[in-house]
Amino acid sequence: MALGSAARSPFVIFAAAIVLVGAGVSNSYYLQLLTVIGIYTLLALGLNMLMGYAGQISLGHAAFYGLGAYTSAILTTHFHVSPWLALPLALLLSAGVAFLVGIPTLKLSGYYLGMGTLGFGMIINVLFREWSSMTGGASGLVGIPPLAWGSFVLSRGRAYFYLVWLTTLACFVLCERLVNSRIGRALRAIHDSERAATAVGVDTSRLKLGIFVFSAVLAALAGFLYAHLVSFISPSSFDFLMSVRIVTMVAVGGMASIWGSLLGASLLTLLPEWLHVFAEYEMVVYGLLLMVIMIFLPQGLSRGVIDLFAQRHLLSSLAKRLKG
Amino acid sequence: MNELLQYIFAGITNGAIYAIIALGFTMLYNATELINFAQGEFVMLGALGLVSLRTGLHWPLPVAFAVTVLGVSAVGMVLERLAIRTVRKPHPIVLVIITVGASILLRGLAMLGWGKDSFSVPYFSKHPPIQVSEATILPQSLWIVGIVLLTVGVLQFFYKRTLAGKAMHACAINKKAASLLGIPSERMVLLAFAISAALGAVGGMIIAPITMCSYDMGTLLGLKGFCAAMLGGLGSSFGAVLGGFLLGILESLGIGFFSSSLKEPTAFLLLLLILYIRPSGLLGAKAVKRF
Amino acid sequence: MRHREAMLKTTLRITLLVLMVGGLLVATPCWSQETYKIGGIFSVTGAQSFLGDPEKKSLEMAIDAINAKGGIDGHRLEAIIYDDEGDPTKAVNAATRLISKDNVLAIIGPSATPTTLAIIPVVEEAKVPLISCAAGIKITEPVKPWVFKTAQNDVLAVAAIYNTMQKKEVKKVGILTVANAFGESGKEQLLAQAPKFGMEIVANESFDAKDTDMTAQLTKMRTTKPDAIICWGTNPGPAVVAKNMRQLNMDIPLYQSHGVASGKFIELAGEAADGIVLPTGKILVATLLPETDAQRPVLLSYIKDFEGRYSMPVSGFGGYAYDAMGILEKALKGSGGNREKIREGIEKLTGYVGVSGTFNFSPQDHNGLGSDAFVMVQISNGTWQLLR
Repeated sequence: MALGSAARSPFVIFAAAIVLVGAGVSNSYYLQLLTVIGIYTLLALGLNMLMGYAGQISLGHAAFYGLGAYTSAILTTHFHVSPWLALPLALLLSAGVAFLVGIPTLKLSGYYLGMGTLGFGMIINVLFREWSSMTGGASGLVGIPPLAWGSFVLSRGRAYFYLVWLTTLACFVLCERLVNSRIGRALRAIHDSERAATAVGVDTSRLKLGIFVFSAVLAALAGFLYAHLVSFISPSSFDFLMSVRIVTMVAVGGMASIWGSLLGASLLTLLPEWLHVFAEYEMVVYGLLLMVIMIFLPQGLSRGVIDLFAQRHLLSSLAKRLKG
Repeated sequence: MNELLQYIFAGITNGAIYAIIALGFTMLYNATELINFAQGEFVMLGALGLVSLRTGLHWPLPVAFAVTVLGVSAVGMVLERLAIRTVRKPHPIVLVIITVGASILLRGLAMLGWGKDSFSVPYFSKHPPIQVSEATILPQSLWIVGIVLLTVGVLQFFYKRTLAGKAMHACAINKKAASLLGIPSERMVLLAFAISAALGAVGGMIIAPITMCSYDMGTLLGLKGFCAAMLGGLGSSFGAVLGGFLLGILESLGIGFFSSSLKEPTAFLLLLLILYIRPSGLLGAKAVKRF
Repeated sequence: MRHREAMLKTTLRITLLVLMVGGLLVATPCWSQETYKIGGIFSVTGAQSFLGDPEKKSLEMAIDAINAKGGIDGHRLEAIIYDDEGDPTKAVNAATRLISKDNVLAIIGPSATPTTLAIIPVVEEAKVPLISCAAGIKITEPVKPWVFKTAQNDVLAVAAIYNTMQKKEVKKVGILTVANAFGESGKEQLLAQAPKFGMEIVANESFDAKDTDMTAQLTKMRTTKPDAIICWGTNPGPAVVAKNMRQLNMDIPLYQSHGVASGKFIELAGEAADGIVLPTGKILVATLLPETDAQRPVLLSYIKDFEGRYSMPVSGFGGYAYDAMGILEKALKGSGGNREKIREGIEKLTGYVGVSGTFNFSPQDHNGLGSDAFVMVQISNGTWQLLR
């Protein structure tokens, strides 16, 4: 399954852009902002695979984000485990929880699935808040050690920027391969009609579960990167509102679009920056944006704009054909 | 043993709140197969509306009540008109996200309008707490329970006896068939939104005196009300009321006999339980269809 | 068609990247060497807005007053204030932005403990002085060189309550705390200090900040027969607790925390507020203080300015930011805009009479307040009275 050169080039351009931006931007504030966008892109990417391609709603995705962050944070602060060892453990735990939760929940459909994931998300958030001996409770967990390679501290400025974005790029490539593979086609079949997919022999429950676990792992990875960037986490960063935010990034950026995750994450992180003078109106703008895009461009911005162009092109070529 | 009665009273008070919110969800779902995530915000608007009209402008209670209900219904209708009807692709994910966006928008507008403070409203009647054996219950709680039951009665009457209600019921059973019979399904949807918004507003107003009203009071209430609706069965009005009271009482008992930290997850644990064991809910008339 | 689509996609992607980077460079503020920039991070919206809103207003008021007097050493002051919405991530964002983009000399805030703890690593590494308005004791213990705070420690508040209770011969206590950082911190202190004052905690319950009915918790606590109940939280929950206790005919004394030290609490609790005892900064009883009290003129002047400018009643919370700016003003004088000198200036400051108390900083004490920062008050007929 070789990728054609046409498909490979966007990633090369992207990698080049990452290197250039990383080298060019020296202000630590901007670097940190871009790094956070990278982490959110990872989150949106995972959820996009679940929502956009497989067509399953998840309203509790912040729970996996939090599981990744807290697992690593607890292991590295309370048990002095190396972060590099904590990472696979965090990913495994998240995958395991997703597996267990997914089995009963994915049998539901439509709204029920959304509700189930919502309930799960709320319960995990309560866990973060109540298990204070481990998680620090509502006051949060301080002193998460930075990532380091030997003596070189990675959790700062440019180094972390590269780490996060290269990780994100790697996941982009992974997802692109997934989408263009048999699995990806099967997923889209499920999205369009689960019954039809089953009729042609797709093992829908196993696939849905697999994608659910995959998206949970990506979210946990994002959580890990986040925890070691900010060195302090608290349950309020992983609540229902955060789950809504991730869904918004996917919906606005473009469902079933890998680059849409980047667009959505960037837009939603930069929006408060642009609006900070109008901080009071942020919620109103946010809600309006979400509604307007969903009403008029339900496929999100990236797909929606392309669709608009495609439609016009289609219409004009049709017109030409009819004329001559 | 005396505590048990008090726990149940507390549970009934909270339960009535969940019940009326659940009614709003169920009612809308019945007519349109839509879950409106902004339902909690209608409750908030009702409560804050009452605050402004009562405490701010000192209007008499019945007038303030009626005006607020009408106002919030109007908001519901605007939401349906602008946001729901104009959707190009009524895929459930899209609709869910639209109503989530609507709830954020309404919250943002409420914050601009009423600020971030909390407000309170005086009780409907000036009676002291009523003593029943060793436990006491606030007269406001009786108002709440009474109004909720009254509302259920009115809804039942609406469905069974009025033409509009029967038409809505018909739409809920089969939209295409109903429109073949000449029932304007679009208007029914609008009406359903108006009524569910009104229900939310009533809920907000009756709980306003015992709770603190602020721009963000709707979110958690909405979520819990939804859990109650699912618990009772999304297709059934009685189920909504039953689910609401059951949730309230179970929360209370959880605090009383186990731990106060159990209160918040109770609603969601019950939700997950119901989803896994009996998705149609305790009284579930019809199962939620696949999309 | 496919080629066109691919080209379009690539164009969109490049546009996206350009937008992203370009969007960041929007509106770089022109920075004048003459202005001293002071950063502020407050929870202006969100659950702690009752803290952040008056704090922001107080800071702006203080800075305007200083500018009206000609600034500091001839330099004008400029306040750059961001809203962290009570979210630690946004607080970190705001802190980094203030330091790297806006180049502030010092930061005042945030309003709450989790948000403060989140930005401590940032200010420590960037070596920027921080004066927090949050109550958590972990902020200044252990002492960090660049971190200070003006809000009273909850340690002192708890001690004040227990002291009073001890005098009234209370032995068995039931505690009811909010399930957030403020409540948790209070609970920790209440449990830790109880044995020192001979108190026995017979009941320990919690409630969520948005809960509307606490009768279940109170009923459960009643079975353990406490002599008094301490409720630790911030509005509106404690007001509900007060009302619930009346409803349940519980006539044991109710003590509250300084989290409800504002007129809002009396408004929310109505008649149920009568008789409640709590520790508070002197601001709520400024007019009742003796003429000899050093804080009295400072308090009266703050109240007059604040209420005059904003037409809303004062609370102790705005005072934290007001004091922070006052302290910063003293440290800025003669510092020439050097952050290390500012830091030292704060650390050496003693005898500063502020709204929250009299501050005496030292290298070991970055909070500077003593037990006199609190007075015990009792609500009577809807007003604050000094407890005798």
